[in-house]
Amino acid sequence: MSKSERPNQLFRNLNAKIASIPMILTALVVFVGGTAWTVLYSFTNSKLLPRLNFVGLDQYYRLWSTPRWLVSIENLLIYGVLSLVFSLVIGFVLAALLDQKIRFEDTFRTIFLYPFALSFIVTGLVWQWLLNPDFGIQHVVRDLGWESFSFDPLYNSSIVIYGISIAALWQGTGLIMCLMLAGLRGIDEDIWKAARVDGIPMWKTYLFIIIPMMRPVFITTLVIIASGIVKVYDLVVAQTSGGPGIASEVPAKYVYDYMFFAQNLGQGFAASTMMLLSVMIVIVPWAYLEFGGKKRV
Amino acid sequence: MSDQAVSLPPATIGREASGPSGPKPRHRFSRRNIFLYGTLIVVALYYLLPLYVMVVTSLKGMPEIRLGNIFSPPLEITFEPWVKAWSQACTGLNCDGLSRGFWNSVRITVPSVILSIAIASVNGYALANWRFKGADTFFVILIVGAFIPYQVMIYPIVIILREIGLYGSLSGLVIVHSIFGMPILTLLFRNYFSSMPEELFRAARVDGAGFWGIYLRIMLPMSLPIFVVAVILQVTGIWNDFLFGVVYTRPDTYPMTVQLNNIVNSVQGVKEYNVNMAATILTGLVPLIVYFLSGKLFVRGIAAGAVKG
Repeated sequence: MSKSERPNQLFRNLNAKIASIPMILTALVVFVGGTAWTVLYSFTNSKLLPRLNFVGLDQYYRLWSTPRWLVSIENLLIYGVLSLVFSLVIGFVLAALLDQKIRFEDTFRTIFLYPFALSFIVTGLVWQWLLNPDFGIQHVVRDLGWESFSFDPLYNSSIVIYGISIAALWQGTGLIMCLMLAGLRGIDEDIWKAARVDGIPMWKTYLFIIIPMMRPVFITTLVIIASGIVKVYDLVVAQTSGGPGIASEVPAKYVYDYMFFAQNLGQGFAASTMMLLSVMIVIVPWAYLEFGGKKRV
Repeated sequence: MSDQAVSLPPATIGREASGPSGPKPRHRFSRRNIFLYGTLIVVALYYLLPLYVMVVTSLKGMPEIRLGNIFSPPLEITFEPWVKAWSQACTGLNCDGLSRGFWNSVRITVPSVILSIAIASVNGYALANWRFKGADTFFVILIVGAFIPYQVMIYPIVIILREIGLYGSLSGLVIVHSIFGMPILTLLFRNYFSSMPEELFRAARVDGAGFWGIYLRIMLPMSLPIFVVAVILQVTGIWNDFLFGVVYTRPDTYPMTVQLNNIVNSVQGVKEYNVNMAATILTGLVPLIVYFLSGKLFVRGIAAGAVKG
């Protein structure tokens, strides 16, 4: 390098570039590279080891004709709709209740949020115990004299996914409440005053004025819930291990089991690519709105 | 309205004599308040119930559990299930209890938290103050990558770790945690450093400080709060992780969550529900302590880190 030349473009900000190497590697090798690799190998018939032996869409045909995958998708849809609707509604109602200038707000918030600090494994195991038909809620209610009472979601394959959703809601609504509360606090006090002066009842103010104003909060919350739904795995493993039978299987568990137990990598890759696709359907429009329109993050 | 006048405290009555002033007095037991606090208390009880049942069950003996009711307090308090869960509970052939998982989790969490925060804070600093061409592209990839289901990337990472000889070791898992903690932490630090006054950075530049000098002597000491938030976020996140633990470690290096699941959901032997619940509380204790000690900072952490999902 002769000193008379202009400094090479590559060496400007050299330290910053060196410091960013882990970030660049993560972004390119793991996120882009890893994803592309998995998608590529989902078109092969890899079994125990990944091999580049292309079979077209075979893995996907197999995937969509496997009952276990279909059950997983159905469960994910039910679980998804339940968590979406209930966590939004409960989260918003709790936030609205806490926003009424009440006493002990911090205490209540601490109580509603603490399950979020616990792992899905702990959550799943606690609810497995509470829903145990021989000892848990069913047993207690029967002891009170209602002999025919039946509440055993974890042992009844037609409602097992609801049992899992109960645990998930217990764990996650606190977070939604916190986000909503932050959103409510961001609303100008004058809006409330104006609504009160006009004599609009409180529920109407919430429904027609406050909620539309909180659109950005709702969108962010929606994205958070949606991306969490697809990832659901540990909770099912802890609570039911996918049982009874295959009644509470979810896609994330399908991927893991095919990759590391069934030694059918191709199926695992195809299933994980489907998961990626479903997330992209939610994320891409959101990312476009968030990052595409204006240059801001 | 009539019963309201009766129960008014004397002080308020006295003030009424000098004519009404201030806002209309809200009665403490108005129908609105009963509804409000009633709902909140019922919901709070529902949220506390599992914790209560966990603690109560873990303090009972097995005979009492078989006969009794999960909600009733223990007649005879015993700490034996706790001792057993900590030092004797079995997973497979190992019968040294959860203590092994606990120490594994400590050996995973501490370096992961330090490494991930070190990397992410430097990233955030570079992105906020030393932008180079293309930096934002990598950043956007990183943020979008945070939403990719982990299942898509776990196998390629298995291959990478195997190639560099770290598959199955604790260091491998530490790297994985640092990678997946990067998006959210980088975002956190980038936003924080961007909000610091630009003049500070310029003044340091004029005085001849370089990239690392400014980072270590100015940015680091001034950003203690955000480091605390990051530590809270990472400690709870990494401690609670299950998927990476089960994929990237071997049975003797399993973190606590994985070992807990193996203990409780093992099919062999008689189920000891009190030991299981004690083990469950032990596993949840670290994040719970972090949560109760950190208070408002935890809320700030998750509000900032909510994008993680």
